[in-house]
Amino acid sequence: MRAALLPKRETGQPAPSGTGQAAGLAERVFRVRESGILVVLIVFVAVTTLLRHRFLDQSNIQFVLIDTTVFALLALGETMVVISRNVDLSVGSVLGLSAYLSTNLFGQHPGIPVVVVFLAGLGIGLACGLANGIMVAAGRVPSLVVTLATLYIIRGIDILIVGGNEVVAQSLPNAFLDIPKTTVIGIPDLAIVIAAVIAVGWYYLRTFRSGRDLYAIGSNPEAARLAGIPVGRRVFTAFAVSGAIAGVAGVLWGAQYGTIDSTAGTGYELQVISAVVVGGVAIFGGSGSVVGAALGALLLSTISSALYTLGISPFWDQAIWGFLLLLAITLDQTITQRLTSALRQRRIRHE
Amino acid sequence: MRLRRATLLALALPAAITLAACSSSSASSTSTTTPATSSSATTSATSSSTASSSGLKTGLKVFIIPKNLGNSYFTTADSANSGGAIAALDTLGESGTETSGTAATPASQIPAIQAAIAKGANALIVSATDPTALCPTLESAMKRGITVVTYDSDAPTCRDLFVNQASTAEIGTSEVDVLASEIGDSGQIAIVSAAASATNQNAWIGYMKQELKKYPKMSLVSIVYGNDDPTTATQVTQGLLQQYPNLKGIISPTTVGIAAAAAVLDNAKYRGKIMLTGLGTPDEMKKYVADGTVKEFVLWNPANLGYLAAYAAVNYASGKITNAEGQSFTAGKLGSYTVGADDTILLGPPTVFNAANINNFNF
Amino acid sequence: MNSHRERLRKRADKGTAERDWAHVLLRWETGLAIVVVGIVAIGALASPDFLTGNNLFNLGLSNGEIAIMTLPMTLIIISGEIDLSVASMLGMSSALLGFLWARGWPMPAIFVMVAVVGLAAGAVNGLLVTRLRLPSLAVTIGTLALYRGIATILLGPNTVSNFPAAYTNLGVNAVPFTSNDMTYSTLVFLVLAVIFGVVLHSTPFGRSIYAMGASAEAAQFAGIRVKRIKTTLFMISGLVCSAAGVLWTFRLNTAVQNNGLGLELDVVAIVLLAGVSIFGGKGSVIGVVLAVLAFCGIQNALLLTNFNQEASGIVTGALLLASVFLPNAARWLHGSRRLSWAARRPSWLTRTQST
Repeated sequence: MRAALLPKRETGQPAPSGTGQAAGLAERVFRVRESGILVVLIVFVAVTTLLRHRFLDQSNIQFVLIDTTVFALLALGETMVVISRNVDLSVGSVLGLSAYLSTNLFGQHPGIPVVVVFLAGLGIGLACGLANGIMVAAGRVPSLVVTLATLYIIRGIDILIVGGNEVVAQSLPNAFLDIPKTTVIGIPDLAIVIAAVIAVGWYYLRTFRSGRDLYAIGSNPEAARLAGIPVGRRVFTAFAVSGAIAGVAGVLWGAQYGTIDSTAGTGYELQVISAVVVGGVAIFGGSGSVVGAALGALLLSTISSALYTLGISPFWDQAIWGFLLLLAITLDQTITQRLTSALRQRRIRHE
Repeated sequence: MRLRRATLLALALPAAITLAACSSSSASSTSTTTPATSSSATTSATSSSTASSSGLKTGLKVFIIPKNLGNSYFTTADSANSGGAIAALDTLGESGTETSGTAATPASQIPAIQAAIAKGANALIVSATDPTALCPTLESAMKRGITVVTYDSDAPTCRDLFVNQASTAEIGTSEVDVLASEIGDSGQIAIVSAAASATNQNAWIGYMKQELKKYPKMSLVSIVYGNDDPTTATQVTQGLLQQYPNLKGIISPTTVGIAAAAAVLDNAKYRGKIMLTGLGTPDEMKKYVADGTVKEFVLWNPANLGYLAAYAAVNYASGKITNAEGQSFTAGKLGSYTVGADDTILLGPPTVFNAANINNFNF
Repeated sequence: MNSHRERLRKRADKGTAERDWAHVLLRWETGLAIVVVGIVAIGALASPDFLTGNNLFNLGLSNGEIAIMTLPMTLIIISGEIDLSVASMLGMSSALLGFLWARGWPMPAIFVMVAVVGLAAGAVNGLLVTRLRLPSLAVTIGTLALYRGIATILLGPNTVSNFPAAYTNLGVNAVPFTSNDMTYSTLVFLVLAVIFGVVLHSTPFGRSIYAMGASAEAAQFAGIRVKRIKTTLFMISGLVCSAAGVLWTFRLNTAVQNNGLGLELDVVAIVLLAGVSIFGGKGSVIGVVLAVLAFCGIQNALLLTNFNQEASGIVTGALLLASVFLPNAARWLHGSRRLSWAARRPSWLTRTQST
């Protein structure tokens, strides 16, 4: 009886020590999921390197890692939202708004510390995330509609504010522009920092009650509510965090590209969702991890880089990319479903 | 049932109003007073003497329709305070308005053109997002006697005049010459272009290939397409670096492309080893010229382009010139210009920017 | 005694009537109709050019294809799925049209080919969603890229723009025997709207679509062939979007790989604006027609006045927000008096996970 009231545990969520065997299986399934993406990534890199040795040299690794950082960050925030059975389509617009407004500070206030600019970006993103969160959580309206609306609204605000202006590299201090460039033992510092942030996010979602609650909400919101989980508050926080992360990603975008106008980040939302889905996060919520999503973003960047490095005709690039994306989504979702039903079979047999 | 009746009513009401309006109103529209008109109405009192003394009409409604709004290149070309098209129109006593969509596609630009026609435009100055897709709309404008002048990007079969920033051939050849001088006339080079179907870029690349024949020791190994998107342009540039370890130079005939490529090359590993040139705006390139990533690049003054286009449009609309070759007119502070072949007016030779002169420009 | 029973019965009737989905639906459609009237009024007041026949003609021209694409999208969303590849299917059919025309195919053969490819593209979407049970959001993001890529392979950097006047006049002339204001694409839209409306609201097929949107499992158990119908809907979407691609190409007399780039979110926005629930099971074609009028009317009104064109996105977004908040607020106000907590929970919480 009591078991029925508890939120259904999906893969990716560690169970308390009571249900030992199911917990062990869940752990293994969880690891298989992420390692599956890792395996695909390794195979892909191996094949490409065989065809083009220079694919795996230091400078290209740096390129791919840096190109991934913005998307990995966005994927982190998006995963939290998607796990709770929502979606945040406004990330591209938030990134764009934050990218301009924060980097513009360098020109307006020469000598401003880089940290302050990052905080400004975070603040702008947070404000947008709060708006999303309030509307979804308190208004109890579908997040797809709300964030589609804020996608339009925030981009419109961005265009109104920016007009025909742009921030150019000349107004940005070298310390800022060097952020994506500094490396330690050949790996970009920024990639290490982002990896650390992702690890923190992963740990939080696994261990902290508020993180695990998101999985519960995504699995079965009604049961979650009945079990006493503050669904509104958790969903609100997820959107706020997603917005804040998108804001920081905007600042990093500025550091990477150096020229920022009102089109920054256009179209990113679909790419981020692709990365999240490829990374094994179920679009209906309840399972998946930020590590998987980050690996998904890395895999997509790697595919892009491979296509350009192999020098296949540029007119074929997009079709091949689309095909591989479909393949990745199909493979991942099929594996997930097989594993989930196997898990369920196993549990039924053991009960 | 209540549902059906009520929903029929819901549909009938707006439909009825619309149909009633359709049948009652005539096609012609009276002009509304736009803010631009009212401001130039005051200036026209003082400057109409300039215009009328040269036989030009005043009070013309001119709409400038760039590829998209929110694009700094076009903002410079069109706005009054940069000395662009609207500045010229204000001087001449016309009313100038800039309008367009935000997506740089025909679907986004066409409604703006149609709205301009509806608002009683006398002349349109358009930078075409596509050489043919705008034709049905532009032709309907020309049928109503509206002057259609294209600038920056042409729609060759459906306009009265085209104001070209520099000869297509010269833009292509100058970029190759600049790069050749920077890499010692030999080595592998590549091109980072815009969208695969971008007419301007494709035309310039055609001339680049021709000019390359003058440099037998240089070879064009690849053309990649950055789609005028910073992320794509960055990735295709990185791909080039991986694919061609001996690459000596890159030409990017698009401002988004050269900015992205410069950001990629802006480190000790590539600076000075792979030379970058192309079409860039001075403001965007200042940093890269200062630290040596880019030595020289090419462009023209967009404000002058817009200014000239405005004068051309007003002269044509006033009947002072036709689009026959040899017709000439004065374009205010820019001097006198002549219509060349293909109804095209050339602004002048492209400007080469480098460390010596870049700080004189602010666009 | 009698009157007491009468009162109880009346209350029960009223209760069911208020929980009647048709009633709730009706409220949003009338609200939308009022919005459309409002836009027409404001537009007419702000600019004398707004209600001219010429303007309406241009409006039909610019938005005809988007309007046409909203119709199959409505059915798909009501059935509980989504199709984000619509704009890419438009682009692919446009590229195919140009590709074959440049190789000298006769136009009727090209039409057949485009229709076949459109159906195939939709079938791919449908099969991936129903047979492999992949989420349609993810699948159609993938096919969005794939189909746009195929368009790029077909045409590369080229543009085909030498279509014969007999076809390109679709984009220039009005339909004969109308008041000179109706474009061919508007006519196609209206005809399709009637067809889709009748099918959705008055046939068993249409009722099954609502049923599977409300609960795919229940519909399955009720004997509805969910998979077959969903695949059919995706194929219809493919066919209609390909037709839209042909109209688009003729209107602009241009086949190029980036035709229609980025339109998918606009199509979704219009359908959502119509009050179609993103979770399926609710919506009407009449709402979609009104939403098309509202969306396009706003853009047009903004253009004709000197309102900042860059802000039109803000207006669209605000309308979208209103489309979800207002019905929710109305329902909440209505339900807070007497309905139990169980009936008050929003429908999105009860969505069952597809297994």
